Amino acid sequence: MGKDHYVIKQYTRKSNPWQDKPNFLNHLSIELTERCNNDCIHCCINLHEDDVEAKKKELSTDQIKKVFSEAASMGCLKVTVTGGEPLLRNDFAELYLFARKLGLKVLLFTNATLINHDLVELFKQIPPLVEIEVTVYGMEKDSYEGVTRKKGSFEQAWRGIQLLQENKIPFVVKSVALPHNRKDLTRFKKWAAGIPWMAGQEPESYKYFGLRLRRDNFKKNALIQELRARPEEIAEESVRTKETYHKALKQFSSAFFKPTADKLFSCHGGLNGGCVDAYGNFQLCILLRHPDTVYDLKQGSLREGYETYLPRIRKIKATNPAYLNRCGACFLSNICQQCPGMSWIEHGDLDTPVDYICAITHTQARYLGIIGDTEKAWEVCDWEARISKFENQIKVNPVDIHNGSTQCRRDK
Amino acid sequence: MAIEIDLNRVYMPSEDVVARVIENEIIIVPLVSGIGDMEDEIYTLNETGRSIWEKLDGKKKLKDVVSELASEFDSPLQKIEKDVIGFVQEVIKRKMLVGK
Repeated sequence: MGKDHYVIKQYTRKSNPWQDKPNFLNHLSIELTERCNNDCIHCCINLHEDDVEAKKKELSTDQIKKVFSEAASMGCLKVTVTGGEPLLRNDFAELYLFARKLGLKVLLFTNATLINHDLVELFKQIPPLVEIEVTVYGMEKDSYEGVTRKKGSFEQAWRGIQLLQENKIPFVVKSVALPHNRKDLTRFKKWAAGIPWMAGQEPESYKYFGLRLRRDNFKKNALIQELRARPEEIAEESVRTKETYHKALKQFSSAFFKPTADKLFSCHGGLNGGCVDAYGNFQLCILLRHPDTVYDLKQGSLREGYETYLPRIRKIKATNPAYLNRCGACFLSNICQQCPGMSWIEHGDLDTPVDYICAITHTQARYLGIIGDTEKAWEVCDWEARISKFENQIKVNPVDIHNGSTQCRRDK
Repeated sequence: MAIEIDLNRVYMPSEDVVARVIENEIIIVPLVSGIGDMEDEIYTLNETGRSIWEKLDGKKKLKDVVSELASEFDSPLQKIEKDVIGFVQEVIKRKMLVGK
């Protein structure tokens, strides 16, 4: 009889052994609240922490527990608990414990300002089984609070981070790249490198900021548009090390570089998981909050939403001529972030092309030499030959690719 | 050194783990710190382990578990007993099972 052969360790950090089973819910994100104790200049969701109306509408403790229970019964192994700032909920510890006792791993997204001794003790005794993700807005008070617009938030956040560090609670960090904290970036990366759970990974520092998810504040949207990086900056970042980028692209076969016609949902949204907003709406993804695409969990079950409702939404086709003529005819779809969620937050519908996203994708494609300086990808007829050439090029030598294709126009 | 197992004793899943069933597999998820050698991982049981685990309900003595399994499986009693003891030793060592 072999030693330890009855119990088998399953490595579930990167993939889930059961994720391909039909109707298996691989992951679930839940926003406990849209309220936040910070007022970040770039934030796409935050409401004031004392917003009484928002608080009144939020799911109750029992309703959230029901969602967790249903998720566990559908095979879910991990829930992402986010917000707003999820630790603003007075029942956070109760909900956390409930989820963990169901056998769920809990991934917490937080700004760390509300991490206290009680929570640390809880995490020590009942570990979340996945590193807490802390967003760090700056290494100095002026830069940090320039982003959060909340006096005292710098000290609060760093006290929280210190508590995690001192008590060896596993956490990782990420940031946002804004003019206010640009000077801190090098110091942030150096500090992050010393966090054991970062395991040598460079922290993410987001440059692209989505507009308000509820389309509720057009004044703020204007500010976000000013703050987000130019398409050139984002493209440069994504192809920062060309070898790495080519390596990633090699994993896509040419089958994925093709126009998608009227297909709207090319993403994985709703395929093996979903998102629940603070008010009980079940969504394909965190972005897509169009009222016609969300399922009210207060009126039905998570299973019904996941097995019946979301698949129906994924079947919706594009009808907007602007989309069909551009995105539907564009061969760059697999490197493009255009999606119904982006159309929703930018235009309030599912199928209006987002110029900002289009510009990023075209800049990337030009950088890779797939299209020329003035070309529009949806007008390129010989795209198959170009992709084939590109694939051959990166197989042989991942260096600059000369684009010698001639431009032609599709029949409209 | 092997853990001594008493067939007259009742064993039950530890409150320090959560046992779940996913796609007909028993999944054991650590609840408290110090379970397993990597706290962020989960565990499954092989077929034999699963058959035994399902009977460890905190009511039956281990010898009764052996008898029940012997009536269900076409396998020599000695082999079943050896498996039950081996399994219980392993899951106790992993802090997934406790004696009552």
